[in-house]
Amino acid sequence: MFQVRIHGRGGQGVVTAAELLSVAAFVEGKHAQAFPSFGSERTGAPVVSFCRFADEPIRSREPIEQPDALIVQDPTLLHQVDLLAGLGTGGYLLVNTTRSFEELGLGEFVAGFRPERLATVPATEIARELVGKPLPNAALLGAFAALTGRVTLASVKGAILERFPGETGLRNVAAAERAHDALGVSAHA
Amino acid sequence: MPRQKIKLYQVGSFAVGNRLLDPDDRTVQARSERSNTLTSGHRACQGCGEALGARYVLDAAMRATGDQVIVANATGCLEVFSTPYPESSWQLPWIHSLFGNAPAVATGIAAALKAKGRTDVRVVGQGGDGGTLDIGFACLSGMFERNDDVLYVCYDNEAYMNTGVQRSSATPPAARTANTKPVGFEPGNVFGQGKNAPLIALAHEIPYVATATVADLHDLEQKVERAMELHGARYLHVLVPCPLGWGAAACDTIRLARLAVETGLFPVFEAEHGEVTAVSTIRRQAPVEEYLRPQRRFAHLFGVPGRPDVVERIQAGADRNIRRFGLLAEEEE
Amino acid sequence: MRSQIEGSQAVAAAVALCRPEVISAYPISPQTHIVEALSDLVRRGELEPCEYLMVESEFGAMSAAIGASAVGARAYTATASQGILYMAEALYNASGLGLPIVMTVANRAIGSPINIWNDHSDAMSQRDSGWIQLYAASNQEAVDLHVQAFRLAEEVSLPVMVCMDGFVLTHAFEPVDLPTQEQVDAFLPRFEPRQVLDPAAPVTIGAMVGPEAFAEVKVLMHVKQMQALDVIGEISGEFAQAFGRGSGGLVRQYRSADAETIVVALGSVLGTIQDAVDELRDEGVSVGAVGITCFRPWPLAEVRAALGHARRVVVLEKAFAVGLGGIVAQNVRLALEGLPARVHDVVGGLGGRPITRASVRRLLGDVLEDRLDPGALTFLDLDWGLVQRELERPSGPHAENILRDLAAGPR
Repeated sequence: MFQVRIHGRGGQGVVTAAELLSVAAFVEGKHAQAFPSFGSERTGAPVVSFCRFADEPIRSREPIEQPDALIVQDPTLLHQVDLLAGLGTGGYLLVNTTRSFEELGLGEFVAGFRPERLATVPATEIARELVGKPLPNAALLGAFAALTGRVTLASVKGAILERFPGETGLRNVAAAERAHDALGVSAHA
Repeated sequence: MPRQKIKLYQVGSFAVGNRLLDPDDRTVQARSERSNTLTSGHRACQGCGEALGARYVLDAAMRATGDQVIVANATGCLEVFSTPYPESSWQLPWIHSLFGNAPAVATGIAAALKAKGRTDVRVVGQGGDGGTLDIGFACLSGMFERNDDVLYVCYDNEAYMNTGVQRSSATPPAARTANTKPVGFEPGNVFGQGKNAPLIALAHEIPYVATATVADLHDLEQKVERAMELHGARYLHVLVPCPLGWGAAACDTIRLARLAVETGLFPVFEAEHGEVTAVSTIRRQAPVEEYLRPQRRFAHLFGVPGRPDVVERIQAGADRNIRRFGLLAEEEE
Repeated sequence: MRSQIEGSQAVAAAVALCRPEVISAYPISPQTHIVEALSDLVRRGELEPCEYLMVESEFGAMSAAIGASAVGARAYTATASQGILYMAEALYNASGLGLPIVMTVANRAIGSPINIWNDHSDAMSQRDSGWIQLYAASNQEAVDLHVQAFRLAEEVSLPVMVCMDGFVLTHAFEPVDLPTQEQVDAFLPRFEPRQVLDPAAPVTIGAMVGPEAFAEVKVLMHVKQMQALDVIGEISGEFAQAFGRGSGGLVRQYRSADAETIVVALGSVLGTIQDAVDELRDEGVSVGAVGITCFRPWPLAEVRAALGHARRVVVLEKAFAVGLGGIVAQNVRLALEGLPARVHDVVGGLGGRPITRASVRRLLGDVLEDRLDPGALTFLDLDWGLVQRELERPSGPHAENILRDLAAGPR
């Protein structure tokens, strides 16, 4: 089972990100589950969403306390909420930012991690350029696909288009692609 | 608005002889083939205004629709006296659900009929003042706002009669009820603003709102017929004196209803889509005292020393209604 | 067709397939996505003929459903928490009148204090209302139970509520296999009402019944519910044949046939419990789980048969009777009367506190090592320190005081 936890603020598409990721995994023949942590639904409030996928049916629905991958959609949360809790040194960490891990004050934290499992991506900037809105989730999903190799970019794109047909979908797909390519195609552990 | 002005001098009293009317305008009750929707054998009190009103309303509705009516009835006197297990007085499809939900049940019935394409069948929701104005008010307002195809009839006897005459939001000022007794300084019910249901219905701008009483049964029938010509939310508020609750003689029911109109205390009007379209004018304004004295629920206002100040306030209320609705007839002849 | 969708969307689709003719809807978290989806279907003409009523309250919602059902229309509504309480009077009315209304309950805690998250206190509060209560353990089962519910309700002339964990199921994306319209039409015949308001054959419905007959009328409801026990099993069997998968029924056993210790639960937490059971079984522990799918009527014989051989029974439930203890546990004890099993009443998950596999394992560890007194009521993962501190405080609103303590951190 692969467990992903996504952190962000209300209005950034955190919940949608988890849902789309689950659809992408489903399309690839996996069993997948996605659900939000149902806190306040106000724009700007911290939101967490979860996505699990596995080759066997998933029966448990508890929040993910030990994620295999963590996606941070909003770095301003980094020192406000304990969003790194439970992420082991073998895990993946993907942060939406133009800065580096050191500049974010995470240098020490990521020191024990496998460097090929860490990535930052300017997803908001990509989204602004290609989608016209600062909604970083699609870009982050593309980056996730590149970083972890657990789902393919094609599946991510398919999930986006199914949910957002037309112009919106195409733009988000472009963002996903751009972020994916920015990380480069790498061999995955 | 009565469809024709009856020349009352022809019979020399307030009675309107049926034989003087056009056959089409004659009351439903004069026909042998009337539905008799609320048939005899029910357990209403002698002189019950509500039984009289309900019979007229439903028979008129049945005639107007070719006997295609379904009724949703709130808990209350009418429901209780008409369905004493194992008997029923109702000769039409009738459902009693709860006290506060008659308008909502009627809404559901109308929706089901629409879904089934039964456009020929019409829905009547009915209840007393308690079930309509208090506990059922939210449902009533919802039904109005959605413009559901329901005629809702409120039989207003101005208190929770079925449970022993407790005060409702329709209880008039100064009236004695079981929980507004004339003890302490304020005699009887308080002088609040009241809750003017017909005006509230009018404010919802529904297709039809009308008030009526059992003193003019013809007018009542005609209003039901008018309502049945229309679709959407319609509201009929009928004053139905209760001899027991009002402390009046059983034979005074119709007379008291007439006095309520002629004092101006109960304005009779019709409105469509939020605009008053017709008003029943008062030929001869009666002083409120004439209406209040025969009712023991107002007895504490009279006698020694009595409360002439309260009577004056009630009179002021009646005068205000007359002004507000333009109830005094223009001088004729 | 199998797809990855939100639980609420799946349920809405399932309900639509059952061809309801009147839907009355008042929004309340976490049911909103269901009624919104149904509204879309009606507006787009994909669900017709159907009248969608936007009522003014849950009381109005159930009342409108009563009126509609009495006219012979298939009626549906959905609610949760405070909403089910607001319609409580109407719930009893519907069951007393024998109207086959189906309602989704997106299980949510009841205030005060106000809480929008999942537990079973809402449906449990209405367990005596005369409604049949079914609990879904997954979104697939939620879909399947709605189809079975309409069939069941109309066959026994009783209303049915299908319970699914609010947020945990309603807002979760999982794979769901939705049946086709043809399949549902074949399984769910046209609604033929026992009693109907129709000018062609007038009836009086809802008369007052005095002491001379009330008891018989009420007992009839009980008899019908007990008869429903058989019907529920039959329908579940037919469903499995028609749709190719098991769901519904009365109880579901998971590795419990030979288990010494059995955990009993309702709803989605069963998935977590099954994971824990598997882990413990791998470690050689004789443990299993029994899920109660039909809570009302209470399948006493089936529960007794499933649990009778166990040495220990741990009832883990998401509601409790204040001043008494477990609710499901009481019912389980009744079923196990005269048998030697020790029953543990455990309450967890209140107000949406997650029940984790780790917690379940710890709980079972305590049970197996006799650290839990079977007579006592146990609250899973409870901070007794917070409770104690508040008990010692002389004034102020409890909820606010406790929240402040929680924010301040341990002393």
